[in-house]
Amino acid sequence: MTTAPVRDSRPAMTAHRWAGQIQFWVGLVLIAFFCLAPFYWMAVSSLKSPETIFDNRLLPQDPSATNYLAVFGADNDFSLALRNSLIVAGSVTVLSLIVGVIASYALARLKFRLKSVVLGLFLATSMFPGVAILSPMFQLFADWGWINTYQAMIIPDVSFTLPLGVWILTGFFVAMPWELEEAARVDGCTAGEAFRKVLLPLAVPGVFTTAILVFIAAWNEFMIANSMTQTPSAQPVTVAIAKFTGVSQFDQPFGTQMAAGVVVTVPLVIIVLIFQRRIISGLTSGSSR
Amino acid sequence: MTSPALLPTRDRPRRTPASRAGEKLHPVNEGRLAFWLIIPSILLLTLVIGYPVVQGIWRSFFADSIDGPLEFVGFGNYAQALWGRYSKEFWAAFNVTWFFTITTVVLETLIGMAMALFMNRAFRGRGLMRASVLVPWAIPTAVAAVMWRWAFDPRGIVNHVLGTTITWTGMEWSSKVAIIVADTWKTAPFVALLILAGLQIIPDEVYEAAAMDGAGPWKRFWHITLPMVRPSLLVAVLFRMLDALRMYDLPAIFTNGANDTTTLSILVVRASLGNLQPGYGGALSTITFAVIFLAAFLFVRLLGANVVPKERS
Repeated sequence: MTTAPVRDSRPAMTAHRWAGQIQFWVGLVLIAFFCLAPFYWMAVSSLKSPETIFDNRLLPQDPSATNYLAVFGADNDFSLALRNSLIVAGSVTVLSLIVGVIASYALARLKFRLKSVVLGLFLATSMFPGVAILSPMFQLFADWGWINTYQAMIIPDVSFTLPLGVWILTGFFVAMPWELEEAARVDGCTAGEAFRKVLLPLAVPGVFTTAILVFIAAWNEFMIANSMTQTPSAQPVTVAIAKFTGVSQFDQPFGTQMAAGVVVTVPLVIIVLIFQRRIISGLTSGSSR
Repeated sequence: MTSPALLPTRDRPRRTPASRAGEKLHPVNEGRLAFWLIIPSILLLTLVIGYPVVQGIWRSFFADSIDGPLEFVGFGNYAQALWGRYSKEFWAAFNVTWFFTITTVVLETLIGMAMALFMNRAFRGRGLMRASVLVPWAIPTAVAAVMWRWAFDPRGIVNHVLGTTITWTGMEWSSKVAIIVADTWKTAPFVALLILAGLQIIPDEVYEAAAMDGAGPWKRFWHITLPMVRPSLLVAVLFRMLDALRMYDLPAIFTNGANDTTTLSILVVRASLGNLQPGYGGALSTITFAVIFLAAFLFVRLLGANVVPKERS
């Protein structure tokens, strides 16, 4: 957390300044409320028993773990979905980074013709509507018997996250201290050696940031997963949560859904709390330069 | 960005990509190394995105017959969508997609700008503030959809707070309002962060000088902040617009497209996977792709958004 000095630090504050300060803090509280209130409501609702969930109290009268037990109970089998999500998002992150790092190095550092074409291609694919590939891909995977498999989600996800990864990584690599590479080359390293021994260790923060963003993108993916999976055996959490069923069609298991939502979101919130600086630098790279 | 370096061609004699130790890297070798580093990405994108797109376009020229050989129908599937049998549902989806795009992007830009202006100050707890702003961005859209569906339940908190008894997902206007609210909540903070990054590169001295010259807060905003933050703002709006035009998760989970909330993406998925009409679905996805591509092209052309990062070297 920043401990930067507050800009208005004059000892004698006028009434006008006080009003400004109050306005400023009220604004901040409103922003925090806007961002966190729905999440708070999800957490509170998840702790209410099915009998009290519609009471709309801001604090659970009698906190119960019923919903959390139901999430991992036999009906929903959410632990399987969590495992599927971890496998898919983890594999996507690793594969996307391997392919992305080497491409970004070339884009940031090497001189070659058609560089702007390649950059444009990455940008174009990042704006791409996923539905445009869904149907042919589905038929292809169906022919191969790949429906309900991890690779049916991993392969499209890798290609969807790759442009994002290349974009962020290229931004990081461009900003790195490349004099060190030249120094290593003067000392007799080849380009490959200079990359592995000198630059890769320096690039770890940027790569790590990209890993977080790619992981979150893959973890949150819904459309591909919803189309490529048909049974809980391969469904990730995003699909499982949308398909939770209650006793009857008209009985939405809201409490259970909220509990599952909390289970899915809390790891992300922790990641965000720890790495907010990195995530923001990654998200905003490319837009502010 | 043009450089004298060359991409290797196949007929050139092969050499190892890396130069010998001590030798200064020759431009030709540099181009060759670049080629080998970039080709895995290009191959992946070609196979996973290029092939299905071409396949989808090709398939869109053939009829959706259950059996027998494919019957070539030219632009028949496109005609069905644009003015034929399915034109009503197509234009409804087209309109509602643009309606969602315009309303959410305008709301998110205004709210995001307001949030960014408040956060662009040094204050204690700024890190915590930024983390809380990231929470809506980090929550999966599927979870956000389920969460807001609960909030908008007839017996839920929204009706409770407003003192109303609206069946939000039961009517057209209220379904749209609910989806717009959920989307704005999810992405306005993200827009705020992008704008904030742009605000932070404006030096304090500029504001101080303007204040000395007697410019009030509004004048400073219109004449300094807005022009200087314009590049970041345009990129944020462009990214949001392209995202909103392919909106799928929220309406799919919220209403499953009922009550006139079927976006183009939902229509494509329903036609090609639900109704097993790969030809018509291919035409729809090609039209969707063209709409998004045109929107991006016009946006960049008319407003001059610079999306390609500048090279520093």
